[in-house]
Parts: sequence; C-alpha cells; structure tokens
Amino acid sequence: MSREELAEEKNPMEDFLRMDRIPHIWCPGCGIGTVVTSFADALKKSELDLDKVAVVSGIGCTGRVAGYVKFDSFHTTHGRAIPFATGLKLANPELKVVVFSGDGDIVGIGGNHLIHAARRNMDIVVICVNNFNYAMTGGQVAATSPMGANLSTAPYGNFEYPFNLPYLVETCGATYVARWTSLHIRRVTKSIQEALAKRGFSFIEVITPCVTLYARRNRLGDGLNLLKYYYDQSEIQHGADTRTVGIDYQGKLIVGKFVDKEKPTFLDGMNTHLQKVLGEKYVPYGVKP
Amino acid sequence: MRKVKADPKGVLTGAHYLDGDFAIAEGGLAAGCRFFAGYPITPSTETAERFSERIPFVGGIFIQMEDEIASITALIGASWGGQKVMTVTSGPGFSLMQENIGLAVMMETPLVIANVQRGGPSTGLPTLTGQSDMMQAKFGSHGDYEIIALSPDSPQECFDLTIKAFNLAETFRVPVFVMTDECVGHMHEKVIIPPADEIEIIERKWYQGPKDKYLPYKPDKDLVPFMVKAGDGYRFHTTGLTHDERGYPVLNAEVQDWCVHHLVDKIRKNAHKIIELQEDQIDNAEVVVVSYGITSRVAIRAVQLARKAGIKVGTMRMITVWPFPEKRIKELAGKIKAFVVPEINLGQIGREVERCAFGQAPVIGVTHCGGWVHDPEDILKAIKEAVR
Ligand SMILES: Cc1ncc(C[n+]2csc(CCOP(=O)(O)OP(=O)(O)O)c2C)c(N)n1
Ligand code: SF4
Ligand SMILES: [Mg+2]
Repeated sequence: MSREELAEEKNPMEDFLRMDRIPHIWCPGCGIGTVVTSFADALKKSELDLDKVAVVSGIGCTGRVAGYVKFDSFHTTHGRAIPFATGLKLANPELKVVVFSGDGDIVGIGGNHLIHAARRNMDIVVICVNNFNYAMTGGQVAATSPMGANLSTAPYGNFEYPFNLPYLVETCGATYVARWTSLHIRRVTKSIQEALAKRGFSFIEVITPCVTLYARRNRLGDGLNLLKYYYDQSEIQHGADTRTVGIDYQGKLIVGKFVDKEKPTFLDGMNTHLQKVLGEKYVPYGVKP
Repeated sequence: MRKVKADPKGVLTGAHYLDGDFAIAEGGLAAGCRFFAGYPITPSTETAERFSERIPFVGGIFIQMEDEIASITALIGASWGGQKVMTVTSGPGFSLMQENIGLAVMMETPLVIANVQRGGPSTGLPTLTGQSDMMQAKFGSHGDYEIIALSPDSPQECFDLTIKAFNLAETFRVPVFVMTDECVGHMHEKVIIPPADEIEIIERKWYQGPKDKYLPYKPDKDLVPFMVKAGDGYRFHTTGLTHDERGYPVLNAEVQDWCVHHLVDKIRKNAHKIIELQEDQIDNAEVVVVSYGITSRVAIRAVQLARKAGIKVGTMRMITVWPFPEKRIKELAGKIKAFVVPEINLGQIGREVERCAFGQAPVIGVTHCGGWVHDPEDILKAIKEAVR
C-alpha cells in the first residue's frame, strides 16, 4: 500500500464507533471494550443495514456503550433500557434494537422489565455484561454477585443467593439464550450474530472482569489474569439444562448456547390474534404490504 | 411548524355521550396518537380500555406494560421511533413516572400523559376526586425544568385539550400533562367530535437538512431543536446526561448551565404562545376567582350568587396551568381587592397566585383535601370576605 492509500485507510471501527468520543472512560484492562468489539464484528458480519440498528443502554459502566457506538443510540435511565427498547421497536418495527447494559441495570433494578420482555417474546437482543457487581457506583453487591465474594456493601462477603440468568430468562420465555466470557471473542461474536439474525427475545450474558473493583477487592489479579481465569474456568456445554448453570464464586463456568428456538414474537402474536378475531376490519400493524 | 388536518382514521366524528376518560382516548386518537403504553389505575383505567378497544381498527399499538415506569419509558422510546405517544395514570402511577418524565424532558421528547387525579397521598382515595398533583406535575422530577400542563373542566375539554396537548408536545418537544380529575374523568356528557378536516394537527418538527449536519440539540429560532427518528440514517445519540448540541455528554458546569437554561427557556420564553386563560367580567372586578378543572365549574355557581348580591366578581379559568400565567396575575393584582382560589388540595396553585401577586392583593384560598367537589357556598363566603 502506498503512503496515500495508507493515509486514506479507514480505521476498521470507524463505521461502528463514534471516533470523536474516543478515548472512552473505561479502566485499562476492563472487559467491556472487548464485548463492544465483538458486537461491532458481529454487525459487520451480519450485513444488516446499520442505519436500522439502534442501541439502548441503561446506566453503569456498561451503560456507557450507547455513547460510543455509531448508531441511533440511547443512553436512558438506570434499569429502563428494556422498556425503552420495547417502545422503540414497536414504534418502528423495521429497527434491529439491541440493549447493551450491565447486570445491575438489566437484572437488578430492571429485573421486572427483563422478565416481562422475555415473557412477551419482544423482538430485541439483550447483551448483558455481567461483572458480578455494581461497578459504576464503586463495586457494591449485586443480584449476580456470587456467594462469598467481597463487595463494598458486602464487606464481610456476600451471603445472598445470586440469580442464574440463563435459567431466569429461559423460564420467562426467551427464544435465544447464551453465555460466554469476554475472552471467548469469536464465540461472543457468533452468538451476537445469531441473535441479530433471529426474531424474538435473545439474551446473551457475557462474564466480564471488572479489574478496578471486583478483581481488586477479591484479590483476583489484574484484568488479564481474571479474563484468562474466567476463560480457563469455563466449560462449553451447548444446550445445557439452564437449571444447572448457576455460578459459584471462582467456580466452574458453564458457557455455551443454551436455548435457540422459534416462537411468534409480540407483534406476530398481536397481528395473528387480532386478525383472527376481528377479521377484515383489523388494521395490521408493522407488517410490510 | 407544519399544520395538517387530522388523519380521519382516528377521528370518530359525531355527537357522543362520553365520560372524560373515554374522551381523552378519543382526543389522542384524533390527534394521531398510535402508541399507548399504560398500567391500570383507578380512576384513569377507562382511557386505556377505550384505546385498546379502538386501536385495532385504526392501526397502532396498545400495550399494557408491567408498571408505570415501563409505560413512560416505552413512550419515550416509541416517540423516538417516530410515533405520537400517550399514557394515562393517577397519583401513585404519576409518582412512579417521575424519574423518566425527567428523561423525556432531558431528551426533549414529545409525549402526552393524562393524570386523572384522585385523593392522595399514597393510595389515598382511589375512587374519589382530588387536584393535589398540580405541584408534582411541575416539580415532580429532580432538577430544574419546565413542562406544560392543561386542565380540562368537562369531557368535551378532555377531548379538545388532549389534541391541544399533542400539538404543544410536538411544537415544544416536551412532555405535556392533561391534569384532569376523577370527577371529570367519570362524568358523562355530550362530546362533539368534529370532522377530521376541522381538526388542526401540528406535526413534529422534523429535520430536513443534510444528514451530516444534524445536531439533535441545536436550538432553532423558536428555541426548539429539530427532531429525527431512529432508523432514518442520522446515527444520532441522546442521553439523560448533561449534553451539548450534538447530544454528547459533557459533564461540567458550563454545559450544565447551557443545557438546563435551554430546557427552561424554550418554555418560559414561549409562555405567551402556550398560555390559554378564560376570563369573564374581569375589567371592573373587585375580586377575581382563579380556578381550574372541575373546581372552576363549581365556582360558577358561587360567582353567580355573588353577582346577584351586587359584588363585582370576575373569573379566570386556567386552561393552561403550567407554565403559570405570572404576568396576568401580577397585572390583576394591582387592580383588585383580592383573589379567591378554590382548589381540591391544600393550596398548591393558591400559593403560586400569591407569589405572582407579590403582596399587592391578598389570596384567599378555599381548600380541602379531596373526596368531594366544593360546596359553592364556601367559595361564596370567601368572595364576600374578599370585598369586606
Ligand atoms: C435510579 C438510580 N439509582 C441508582 C443509580 C446509581 N447507579 C448508577 S450505575 C449503577 C450500577 C450499575 O451497575 P451495572 O448495571 O452492573 O453496570 P456496571 O457499572 O457494573 O457495568 C447504579 C446503582 C442511578 N443512576 N439511578
Ligand atoms: S470500574 Fe470495573 S467495570 Fe467499570 S470501567 Fe473500570 S474495570 Fe470496567
Ligand atoms: Mg455490573
């Protein structure tokens, strides 16, 4: 390549990231950036019209993702990314709506919305970065913190039972459920790609190290150590019974694609049902003529 | 500002016998609302029921969400998806919505919320009337901001003002509240729905310029920025954080000052275009009765009796409660003996009148905690006291 050609060479992430907002706020060694890279890669491979992709985040370190991706992107309130995405998707069914947020946001404060969106089989993709704590606010205990882990508001160790996310969302009706660690870069990418191609409620949990808080407090080494540790501790079990994939402190991590099935979405169900009951008089919604 | 005729699909032209709740749903449909997300709560539920019954024949979405937090947030998302959106609620639900009303304000999102007020605080009086969310409508979310609130006094006005609420929401990119109450919500009266081509609708302030020049929060001449919707290729960002014209978060005092002043100024500086008052016999009045919603209907009786007794009493009915008619109150305060302010709360708007009267005229409140509408005699007593 000539010097001119090199100068014109685009940064490969330029189509996906708001370069005018880089550098980002994440700590060196934080795993969130890796998941964003996988997301961008999945979009590239998906060949979706990027103008029709919308990203919705709540609040948290992960919640900042919406601010960095170069799509129609919405940085909403703590816990409310899913109902926001629900409104956005239903208002403009052409959109591919992706919720990208943290465990505290999606499962803690926003847990009620999560289970209802899964129940309705709302056609959205949820990428949940699980770093086992409320990072943005300083490493407090979360609904995902493993028992025994030390958190700033569980200074003597956590004694509450954590959620098993794949089991939770599968039970509620999700049609695609996967879990990876952020070092499973190719697999995370592939799962996001599959979820993007699917119609229905998709949920991808990505176990991600929080170096600054969770790792330091529990003396789990630096980001790279922990990233590697999660990866090494993981065992791929596609189709595993989600009841068995709960997470113990520093224990084995069952990862893989657990659920991938077809079911009418909220809009499918609404249109089919009302058409059947009301006949000709029903004005179908969001279906291309 | 583009004015168009209403889409006839949503307009149920004719004379109907409707309660206020139903009329709100019809007003929304006539205004072009095609997205309703809500959660049942007395005494507002009938609006949701009516909308869910009608929307399949119009084309749109009714979704019953898991709670009011989800309802308001879904509205914001749907508004950015390009739809006109509304919900309805009452006190407890209104309280749950407050954080995300702030988000709608910050993102400058057009939406309409009807609050069919009941007695509070807490669960209070679910089935009985109140007007005690008037201050919450103005100040309920955290931070400094401005919203618009209207107050209908009849089912007909529930219809008319819901359309007006949509027009204002679209014009100013702001949440607009239709602050009615249980009494009007459940009162059945004749409601005339005009033909679609007689209903004026203001379209969203859509951006038309080149894609790469779009700035979501750059104020236009009227201070209101242009809007786009998701999916049209603008690749815009919006956030609840303090932001600049690009919509990018900038967390410092300087941008905070610009951002908050912008949100406040676009309403305050346009207040004269927003405020609608109905005044009667105010010119030579010694006393002015200031009221809104159902209470202004009850006040009519008291005013009639006072006039019969020879008292020069004028009335001001606030159709718009927020932004508050500060200038007009101030003007009147210099000319009259006193204001009488009846309301179904312990003096929320009375206090505002007092602030604007600035000591030039006393304010006599006629207040109670809700559960019933005023006895006109109590208002009459206050009028008599005012001229004494
Ligand atoms: C209503 C509300 N309550 C609390 C907060 C404070 N808060 C901000 S981020 C956060 C936790 C985020 O945790 P998570 O979603 O796991 O994201 P992470 O930072 O770990 O990526 C909290 C509690 C808030 N912003 N809003
Ligand atoms: S605090 Fe933790 S989660 Fe947040 S950016 Fe730093 S490492 Fe990442
Ligand atoms: Mg977290």
